[in-house]
Amino acid sequence: MSELKFTKDHEWVRLDGDAAVIGITDHAQNALGDVVFVDLPEIGREVAAGEACAVVESVKAASDIYAPISGRIVEVNSALGEDPGLINREPTGEGWFFKLEPKDPSEAAALMDEGAYAAFVESQS
Amino acid sequence: MDGRTESLRSWDRGGPRNETAATAAGGPVAETDQALLETPLAALHRALGARMVPFAGHAMPVQYPAGIIAEHLHCRSAAALFDVSHMGQAELAGDGAAAALEALTPADIRGLKPGRQRYGLLTTMLGGVFDDFMVANLGNRLHLVVNASRKEQDFALMEAALPAGLRLRRLPDRALVALQGPKAAEAIAPLAPDLAALSFMGVTETVVAGVPAVVSRSGYTGEDGFEISVPAEQAEAFARALLAQPGVQPAGLGARDSLRLEAGLCLYGNDIDETTSPVEAALTWTIGKRRRMAWDFPGAERVREELANGPKRLRVGLRPEGRQPARAHTEIQAADGRPVGEVTSGGFGPSLGGPMAMGYVTRAEAEDGTALSLMVRGKALPARVAPLPFIPHRYAR
Repeated sequence: MSELKFTKDHEWVRLDGDAAVIGITDHAQNALGDVVFVDLPEIGREVAAGEACAVVESVKAASDIYAPISGRIVEVNSALGEDPGLINREPTGEGWFFKLEPKDPSEAAALMDEGAYAAFVESQS
Repeated sequence: MDGRTESLRSWDRGGPRNETAATAAGGPVAETDQALLETPLAALHRALGARMVPFAGHAMPVQYPAGIIAEHLHCRSAAALFDVSHMGQAELAGDGAAAALEALTPADIRGLKPGRQRYGLLTTMLGGVFDDFMVANLGNRLHLVVNASRKEQDFALMEAALPAGLRLRRLPDRALVALQGPKAAEAIAPLAPDLAALSFMGVTETVVAGVPAVVSRSGYTGEDGFEISVPAEQAEAFARALLAQPGVQPAGLGARDSLRLEAGLCLYGNDIDETTSPVEAALTWTIGKRRRMAWDFPGAERVREELANGPKRLRVGLRPEGRQPARAHTEIQAADGRPVGEVTSGGFGPSLGGPMAMGYVTRAEAEDGTALSLMVRGKALPARVAPLPFIPHRYAR
C-alpha cells in the first residue's frame, strides 16, 4: 500500500496494486458535514483527470468529486449506499468512493503529498 | 452534470454558492467577509465552535461541532437555541397602526387581540409575495419581525405607506433568539415562570433571566418553543443563561432549514417570492375573512381570481424514492415527461430519515400520491406528491 496523494479539490488517491483507490479528505468531509447520499460512477466508465465522476450530498449541498487521475472505473464502494456516514467517520479508510485502473500510474506522482496538502489547506483558511 | 454542484474546493470559501443556508434568503448575499454584518451573538458562536457562513449579508452559524443532523434531532427531542438576530425587528405605535399595516397585507391586523401574534404576507400590487412576517399586538404597539434579506425593502415599503403621525421604529439594537423543542418550556420555566401560561402564538412582555424581553410562543421548526427579543447588549449573557439550562444545545441555520422544511414551512426567496401568489403557495389561510370580503389589499384581484377559478400551480410536498435528495431549481416532470414544475426547497430530513422537497406543480399534478419525476443531474428521480408537513407539528395549544 502506497502513501496518499492529494488534489486541490480535496480528493485523495492511493495506489493499491493495479488499482487506484479514491476518496475525499478528512478536511473535505469536515467542511461538508453529515453526508446523506453519494452518486457513484458506472463501472467501466473511462474518466479523464479532473473529470467530475461522482457527487457527494451532505444535508446542506451537493458537491462534485473529480477523478484525480485518468483511468477506467473498476469498482465502487457499495457500502456507501447503505451507510454514507462512513465518509464522515473514515474518510481515508472504509469511506472510499471508487477504484480505477490508472491509464498512467505516474499521474498520481504529480499530485501533492500529505505535507504539501496540509500546507495547501492551511493557505486556504 | 447540470452545473449546480460545485467542487469541494468551493468549501474553502466558506461553502458553495448553492449551499442551502447561503442562498436561501434569495436576496443579495454578501460575497466577501468585509461586507458581512455580525449579530450580537457572534462572539458566542465562535466560542461555541460554530462554522460561520454568509447569509443575507450577515455572518451566521450554519452549524456547531455537533453537526446539522445532531442539532436537528436534538431540537426534536429536547431543546435547541437559534440565533435569529439577523431578522428585522420593528415597532409600529399610534392610532391607526393596524389599519396602516393592512394597506400592505391581506392579513387581519385590526382583529389581532392584545397578547396575540399572527403570521402574514406582504403582497405586491400584482398579487405576489413581497415578504412574510410575524406581527404581535403588545397592547400599546405592534411588534414586527421580517426576513433578514428583505428587511430594508420591507421597512422602506412600510414607511412609505404610513399616514402622517405614524412612525415605524426599527429595532437594530435588539437581538432575537429562538428556543425550540419539546423541552423548551421546561428549560425556560426557571428563568420566567409566567411563560408556562403562554399559548401557541401568544405574546408577552416579561423578564427572562433578569432581562426585559418580548416573548412569543412560536417558531420555525414545527415544535413547541419561544422566540425572544432582548436588548443587544444583554443578548450574550441571556443566551448563555438559556444554554446553561438542562437539555438546551445550540443549533445553526443548517438545522433551522431542515427543521422548517420537515415542518412544511416556507422560506422566503425559495418557496415564496414576488412571482408566487398566496393562493399558489397554499397560504390562503393567512388572508383575513374580512379582507376576503372587502378585497382591499395589494394584489386582491389576482387572489380573488385564483380563489374563484383555482390557481395554475400549487405548492406541494414531494417525497423522492430512495435516499437521493433533490435540491431547489430541480425540474419536475409528469409521468409522461412533460415539465410540470420546479423544486423550491429540497434536502434530507433527519427526523424523516429520507429526502424531502417542496415545489410548485400544475394543479392537475398537485394531488397527494401523484407520481412525478425529479430531474437530478439528467436522471429522473421518482417521487410522489406528499402531504405537508412531513413531520407533524407539536405546538402548545
